[in-house]
Amino acid sequence: MTKRKTDEVTGVETTGHNWDGIEELNNPLPRWWLWTLYLTIIWAIGYTIAYPAWPMISGATKGVLGWSTRANVAAEIAAHEGSNAALVAQLVSADMPTLPQDPDLNRYAIARGGAVFRSNCSQCHGSGAAGAKGYPNLLDDDWLWGGDIAQIMYTVRHGIRNTIDADALYSAMPAFGDILEPAEIDAVVEHVVSLSNPEFDAALAEAGAVVFADNCSVCHGEAALGDRTMGAPNLADAIWLYGGDRETLRYTVEFSRFGVMPPWGPRLKEADIRAVSAYVHSLGGGE
Amino acid sequence: MADNEKVMGSEKDPNVSTLSDLPEIPNELPHQTALINRHAILEKSPTLLLVFSLLVVTVGGIVEIAPLFWLENTIEEVEGVRPYSPLELTGRDIYVREGCYVCHSQMIRPMRDEVERYGHYSLAAESMYDHPFQWGSKRTGPDLARVGGRYSDTWHVDHLSDPQSVVPESIMPKYAFLSDTNIAPTHIEALLKTHRFVGVPYDDEMIANAASDFRVQADPDADYDDMLARYPGAAISNFDGQPQLTEMDALIAYLQVLGTMVDFSTFTPAASR
Repeated sequence: MTKRKTDEVTGVETTGHNWDGIEELNNPLPRWWLWTLYLTIIWAIGYTIAYPAWPMISGATKGVLGWSTRANVAAEIAAHEGSNAALVAQLVSADMPTLPQDPDLNRYAIARGGAVFRSNCSQCHGSGAAGAKGYPNLLDDDWLWGGDIAQIMYTVRHGIRNTIDADALYSAMPAFGDILEPAEIDAVVEHVVSLSNPEFDAALAEAGAVVFADNCSVCHGEAALGDRTMGAPNLADAIWLYGGDRETLRYTVEFSRFGVMPPWGPRLKEADIRAVSAYVHSLGGGE
Repeated sequence: MADNEKVMGSEKDPNVSTLSDLPEIPNELPHQTALINRHAILEKSPTLLLVFSLLVVTVGGIVEIAPLFWLENTIEEVEGVRPYSPLELTGRDIYVREGCYVCHSQMIRPMRDEVERYGHYSLAAESMYDHPFQWGSKRTGPDLARVGGRYSDTWHVDHLSDPQSVVPESIMPKYAFLSDTNIAPTHIEALLKTHRFVGVPYDDEMIANAASDFRVQADPDADYDDMLARYPGAAISNFDGQPQLTEMDALIAYLQVLGTMVDFSTFTPAASR
């Protein structure tokens, strides 16, 4: 043991470390710091008793508070559903066509449906529901499969042309590139243009009318007004899903289109399906 | 400078002490306890220090990591999780290569806002065959853990080629080149074998049929029954709508399987987590 040295200037004991004559004072740790350290140790022991912590042979200790992430999230969701339980129960058993007659329930359904729409539907149909190329605009009254509340609910629940839900709405337009001659396709495109566009080649459109009657009218109708039972669009109303210019129409006739919508029945709660249908129905085109 | 009176030699300065003034203080730790003496032995021998450091880290590792492999409540058995099909696995490699994980996590946390938006919270078992896993909490884009089946294949093509065409407010870059990059199952067997090496249960039949399964998944006209038996629930589709196989096909095949393997209508979570 070397003799402890004391610094002459401060009167504090030194550690004995000496670097080129510079010595280190051995001041004690500040009390507040030391007690904070002791308190954190005590806190840690209490924490591991209260919450799941220590690994044992077959599982970790449960903690005396019984805390569980999964139980917490389930309880939180149940609490939020519970705060609207009366409205949810009414909505789930409501007769949807008469929903607007109950202003309170209708307001709740549309508000809830708007939230469901923005997190699940807006990626294709747009955050304002105006759609995009290939994804229908839901603000207008031009419906492919029908715009009454029951049909909207069916479409939301089962989707369109998907392989997941056996009850999905289904139809497939043939690719006429394999069936018609290029000249016939030119003619039928001109005929379709003539239905909604005042600028067209009359002679070509007249030839196209014959091709249309032979090949297209079965689904799209004699007057090309469409058929909702098979999702065949109205071709006479100047509202286009993929585009109404000659180039796009030629592509559609040649290769056909096959728009798919996923089924939302497996993903959304019953109340959500009803709510989002009420929301879409309320956007302006509901029948 | 020598004429400056204010500058004097340090040996005359009373505020400066030199080593020679303190001859009796040793330049080392005070020899107070035997334990500190012993510690000096370790610190002075690099080899011994390395050996004992390794010992300490090993003990710490065993205590902290080992229980995770044996504790029952860290390995939840979940029905339905299967290894990725060859095309999905290739798509996963493209996902990692393009750095999709920089903006998209694949981990729905057990919180109400996430569960309400994305679906059931993720289970550890759902990423048991992920090498490397794609968890994370840093999201610039949305979480993709349950994106499978949520959008049509065409939407994925539109969105990957030009995200703003379907989501105008998106800041995602365009990945249209994926449609132009053809792929072939040249190294697919080696890829599956590598994953088997790290513990993914690919059997010999899966490896033998890897190349054909790779092609069949993107061809709805092919005979895909055997492929579906090996990889139940795989999406079979000409994902990108083009006759040739491209990176777009592989990536969409991967995206369409994410989060779809476990049937949550029959799943009962253990409450003790």
